[in-house]
Amino acid sequence: MDEVLVSMEGINKSFPGVNALIDAKFELRSGEVHALVGENGAGKSTLMKVLAGVYVKDSGHIYYKGKEVEIHNPRAAQHLGISIIHQELNLMPHLTLAQNIFIGREPVTRLKFVLDEKSINQKTQDLFDMMRLKLDPRTKVGDLTVAMQQMVEIAKALSFNSEVLIMDEPTAALTDAEIDELFRLIRQLRDRGVGVVHISHRLEELKQISDRITVMRDGHYIDTLLTKEATIDQIINMMVGRTIFETSPEVPEKPSSNLVLEVKHLNRGNVIKDVSFNLKQGEILGFSGLVGAGRTEVARAIFGADPYESGEIYVNGKKVDIKSPRDAVNNSIAYLSEDRKRYGLALGLDCENNIILASFSKLMGFLGWVDSAKAHSIAEHFVKAMSIKTPSLQQLVKNLSGGNQQKLVIGKWLAKNTNILIFDEPTRGIDVGAKSEIYRLLNELAQEGKSIIMISSELPEILRMSHRVVVMCEGRITGELDYTEATQESIMKFATQRSGIVATDVPSVAA
Amino acid sequence: MTKSEAAPKRNLLQSDAMQRLLAFGALTLIFVGFSIASSNFLKFDNVVGILIATAVNGVLALGVTFVIITGGIDLSIGTLMTLSAVMTGVFITFWQLPVPLGILAGLLTGAFAGFVNGVLISRLKIPPFIATLGMLNIAKGLSLVISGLKPIYFNDTPVFNQMAMGSMLGSIFPGFDIPNAVLIMFGAAIVAHLILTKTVVGRYNFALGSNEEATRLSGVNTNMWKTAIYTLCGLFAGLAGVIMAARLNSAQPALGAGYELDAIAAAVIGGTSLSGGEGTMLGTIIGAFIISTLNNGLRIISVPQEWQSVVTGSILILAVYLDIIRRRRQ
Repeated sequence: MDEVLVSMEGINKSFPGVNALIDAKFELRSGEVHALVGENGAGKSTLMKVLAGVYVKDSGHIYYKGKEVEIHNPRAAQHLGISIIHQELNLMPHLTLAQNIFIGREPVTRLKFVLDEKSINQKTQDLFDMMRLKLDPRTKVGDLTVAMQQMVEIAKALSFNSEVLIMDEPTAALTDAEIDELFRLIRQLRDRGVGVVHISHRLEELKQISDRITVMRDGHYIDTLLTKEATIDQIINMMVGRTIFETSPEVPEKPSSNLVLEVKHLNRGNVIKDVSFNLKQGEILGFSGLVGAGRTEVARAIFGADPYESGEIYVNGKKVDIKSPRDAVNNSIAYLSEDRKRYGLALGLDCENNIILASFSKLMGFLGWVDSAKAHSIAEHFVKAMSIKTPSLQQLVKNLSGGNQQKLVIGKWLAKNTNILIFDEPTRGIDVGAKSEIYRLLNELAQEGKSIIMISSELPEILRMSHRVVVMCEGRITGELDYTEATQESIMKFATQRSGIVATDVPSVAA
Repeated sequence: MTKSEAAPKRNLLQSDAMQRLLAFGALTLIFVGFSIASSNFLKFDNVVGILIATAVNGVLALGVTFVIITGGIDLSIGTLMTLSAVMTGVFITFWQLPVPLGILAGLLTGAFAGFVNGVLISRLKIPPFIATLGMLNIAKGLSLVISGLKPIYFNDTPVFNQMAMGSMLGSIFPGFDIPNAVLIMFGAAIVAHLILTKTVVGRYNFALGSNEEATRLSGVNTNMWKTAIYTLCGLFAGLAGVIMAARLNSAQPALGAGYELDAIAAAVIGGTSLSGGEGTMLGTIIGAFIISTLNNGLRIISVPQEWQSVVTGSILILAVYLDIIRRRRQ
């Protein structure tokens, strides 16, 4: 154990417009869990993608077990014994779990070109048994939830029996119980001598699982620390290059008692069951619950993105009929989805067009002519107001970091001047530095009189930001807490309050 | 571990098998409908006529199904068919080479053109619509050039025509005179089905259509397999060309353009999704039969030929729309 498996030195990689990696280095030993941290745009995913053959380095050296290697494509990396689990799921939804896991290495019968279905399903079942996963190898991947798809990705990486396993944000969509299981597997691998690279923003988790932590910033290698000697403040300091004072949550300004939104007895099949709540002006209402509790479904129903079967919605005391997002926006309701790349942004367009995307009615003149000067100034105003880091308004949105993309989506809705803002996981995939900027922004908006619903699976975030917390479980609202009563335990209690059947797994609350 | 969560389950109505069942049900309904409307419909000769008419389109549709499942499209199959027929004519009639060699030439012409399509699309990254549109025109032109603008006849080699229009079945079971071309089509359908469901090519076919990038990142040589699939489609177009030449006893260089649309319609009516990742050969064959049965039945009840296209187009839209509704999840 403890031999150096991978050594990367002097790695440079640039894409049009950005130097992603500048003289970066990394070292991985066998039998260790090595965390890789940094703000969005720091280069951690890029560096690992170079190692996994997804990108080809511009210059630098990679040594595998002491020998220099050139990794030109994913297959070459696989041959060396390097596997990667990407942040974005790389699965074929139309194929079954077994077919996905063994793609490219399908077992064949004695007739070399005929596939052996029995063998592929058996091998997959064995893999699932080892991982204690209750899944049927013959299910189509597209029929699974995101969390289960992520477990399939993990199973696929494990099936390679690699010596190097890279995991990019593996816990993003998992419940606490699933995370515990994942860590059990990681420790098992480590004890077997595998070198595991764990990229994550969740510093508390990394303190639990990793042996060493490497910090990167702006494409550069900063330092490597022993986990047991490092403090979270120290790590954050190195990540952002400055100290962020994590102030304890201040007592929030009391919101007015004006009800801007009332939802009464909302129902949709099995997903939304008799949901009623209200939102005061200037309030931040936290929506808490486990993944799958139905919070996003409620938000999408209010926003008109999905139909609902029964229920009433009142905006500023007036009953409204919301059948589409257009109706919602006309009633000053905005929804920022949890998958901003898929639902919030037009990645191929530039910053300016994304910011004005909801506001074209303000900019249209005769025969649909767009007032481009006005568009430009609106876009400029919001980029400045929210400190969005972009070289120019014409920069394509897909080239921005996650935090800046999120700010852009917020800017879009502010440009439209909506008053009720529903945020779904606003800081998912965003680094510590940008997170506190978003929190500051949310507080400012609330103080200006905007009303905010914040759906989040991160308890510290809910506790810090909300005036009130609504908790959902399996489609129902199970509890409502004032900020004085809200604690991790009280929220968790409501979040796991299933009706009827005894709960078999009670997730442990992350420390 | 945790309870195994599932996204909203697809119910029985939405399963793949149901889709094919519904398509088959539609075909049966059309059959029944026309039999009631006209006593001439169910006559043996007429049904055989439907079978023959489906032979060429069916084989084309089988080939293009592979390509559509990858999320691509092949507009050149119609003129490729013609080019293959012309090449067969060149080998057999111009150069007086043995018939089997001529058939091989036809098949390889289609396969080679398909290979070129595949390279243009996978290596040069030209969008399938454009690449195959270009090939459509090239093949059309080449057919005219090579044939000298005139049909090539196979009068000196009657065995060629017999291969398609003769009836092996008829010589074994008297009175059961189904032309060989129909058997060839069914044989091709079985082969296509086996390739799609049981071999590595078929597996990668679905993988590419479902998520090409994920497939590439899984270490699969996506360029190579994509090219292979377009080559396969070209091969089937070549087969269709050979069948058509044998059936008409001539290679008609001006025919062909337009056939690709019926083939694609057949695949789509049969449940192949244009966005890729889904499709079956059984569905495609049913789709091809639906089109030819409709055309035949309308003719029998004396609907003018112009109206047949209107009906086919409407059926296509209706079929896809019903499928979209069927797939909608809660």
